[in-house]
Amino acid sequence: MLESSPISATAAQESTRPAVKGRTGARRAARSESLLFLLFVAPNLILFGIFTYWPLIYSGYLSLVRWDMISPTKTWVGLGNYTYLLSDSAFRTVLKNTFIFTGGAVGGSLFLGLLIALLLNQPLRMRDGARAVVFAPTLLSGAAISIVWVYIFDPRYGLMRQVLDPFGIPSPTWLRDTTWAMIAVIIVYIWKNVGFAAVIFLAGLQTIPKDLYEAAKVDGAGAFNRFRNVTLPMLSPISFFLLVTSILNTFQAFDIIQVMTEGGPVDATNTLIYYTYEQGFVAFNAGRAAAASLILFVIMLTVTLIQLRYAERRVHYGG
Amino acid sequence: MAVSSPVDGRAAKPLISLRAQRRLGRIAGYAAMILLCVAIGAPLFWMAIGAFKARQEITTFPPIWWPEALRWTSWRDVENAWVNFREAWDAAPFERFYVNSLIITLIGMTLELINATLSAYALAFLRFPHKNLVFILILAALMVPAQVTVLPNYIFLGKTMPELGLPNWVNTYQGIILPGAAVAYGTFLLRQAFLGLPREVLDAAKVDGAGHMRTLWDMVLPMARPVLVTFALISMVAKWNDYLWPLIVTNEERMRPITVGIAKFFDNEGNTNWGVVMAGTIFVIAPLLVVYLWAQRHIIEGITAGATKG
Repeated sequence: MLESSPISATAAQESTRPAVKGRTGARRAARSESLLFLLFVAPNLILFGIFTYWPLIYSGYLSLVRWDMISPTKTWVGLGNYTYLLSDSAFRTVLKNTFIFTGGAVGGSLFLGLLIALLLNQPLRMRDGARAVVFAPTLLSGAAISIVWVYIFDPRYGLMRQVLDPFGIPSPTWLRDTTWAMIAVIIVYIWKNVGFAAVIFLAGLQTIPKDLYEAAKVDGAGAFNRFRNVTLPMLSPISFFLLVTSILNTFQAFDIIQVMTEGGPVDATNTLIYYTYEQGFVAFNAGRAAAASLILFVIMLTVTLIQLRYAERRVHYGG
Repeated sequence: MAVSSPVDGRAAKPLISLRAQRRLGRIAGYAAMILLCVAIGAPLFWMAIGAFKARQEITTFPPIWWPEALRWTSWRDVENAWVNFREAWDAAPFERFYVNSLIITLIGMTLELINATLSAYALAFLRFPHKNLVFILILAALMVPAQVTVLPNYIFLGKTMPELGLPNWVNTYQGIILPGAAVAYGTFLLRQAFLGLPREVLDAAKVDGAGHMRTLWDMVLPMARPVLVTFALISMVAKWNDYLWPLIVTNEERMRPITVGIAKFFDNEGNTNWGVVMAGTIFVIAPLLVVYLWAQRHIIEGITAGATKG
């Protein structure tokens, strides 16, 4: 991934050749190329510096003070915000919610996504159309679609009541119920994102060489055994990629929760990202918000590093 | 999976012939596919018919599947069908929301394209002593999630900048757009694409004495067009749907993009006036649905290529 480009490599070889005549010229050319390089990457680097890296450092500082974002002075509290959060039972609920939401949403969308991909991998007519339908919700505004789902979950007139009615199940009060609210936001998340997993799984299925199946067939493996011994192992790198990206995405799921429940009822759907927003922009507690956001950052960083390490090993073994 | 396979049960004597089995499997497959499309499409259908329902049609159970407003028998009916849309349009400044979203999306996407192209070109073709360090600095930004940066950025734009004698960027287009204008993943994608271009052509251009600007403009960009289009589409969708940052950095209605506008509109209308609210959500979703219908293949293939090769 980090190898330098072939063109610059050959060019570099040329420039190290002792060219008595053109040495100063070559040096000048190299310098102007370096300048051009800096000019080209400058917009990206400057913007990342101001709006990504500096805020990260500043968050670290903010997490060590108490500040309402209005008063001119900030009170130094050291690790006070962190110790407060980790001993606060409300924050522990938030952590628990985050893991339930992530587990349900990731597990649900990967499992259903795999089933959908297996279906759309069959030689059925119109399957490209079905793929387009399944993928569509991924691209729609989470804020707008969440409003539609609040209407769907309306216990008196909603679509969900109609769906449950034939089975004789009375509609729960969904978003007003501390148990059902979490299930509702997970359903919405899965509905919106299952298409992504399905499309990626499908691409993965299509890269599995056909002769592996033929060989398994010759060995007398039934459909289930072929799935278990050929499909699943061949899909494992892509499953891992999906697992990690889905985990990172669910940690950042904000619009669904903000629009549908605002973290309620009584914190039942309050996840780390919503809690961060609430502490910062509703309670104006900058220190606590920064500390919570950094806790989330560390969790996400850990997941990413595990992925990088795994990916490295895979490349090593594969090569 | 509902799809049965003809190889099942080869040991036992099959109860039905292989052909019948295969046909059954196909029927089950189509049934599952229809069920799938209904499950995914139902919420959108519900939104669409909701937008045409009169108030008394909203509050009935079992629900009305085809509202009166859509039973067109005369031209007058067709005109009258849109009352909810008109009411929504009058109840909130949607034309302003559209203008804001268009500005934010188009400028944001253009800046992302320029940033990603320039950085990717530099990383792919230009010599620089600390190139890997620059590459890592750009890629590592992927690991810093939005929720860490929104609070400091808000403080920076709304408090630090005025204190330094600079303008306050809260409630401005530049305040909404610029913090999201740097590109990490797109730079990576484009760099990969640029490195995959046929080198002979680029070398030939070099021999002909073409400068880097000309090589970039005349050779690299045309050859990398498919990737650029995909990246532009994905960037456009992300900008149009962006919610958290615009929600935080705007507190005046006139500066809101349509995603934030619809959420506030929903807050005001509440959980009863569903017809009008659904009409409003259609305002938000319709432009993207049109883009999707037009570029569906491009978007899906671009995303899968990015995931399976990257």
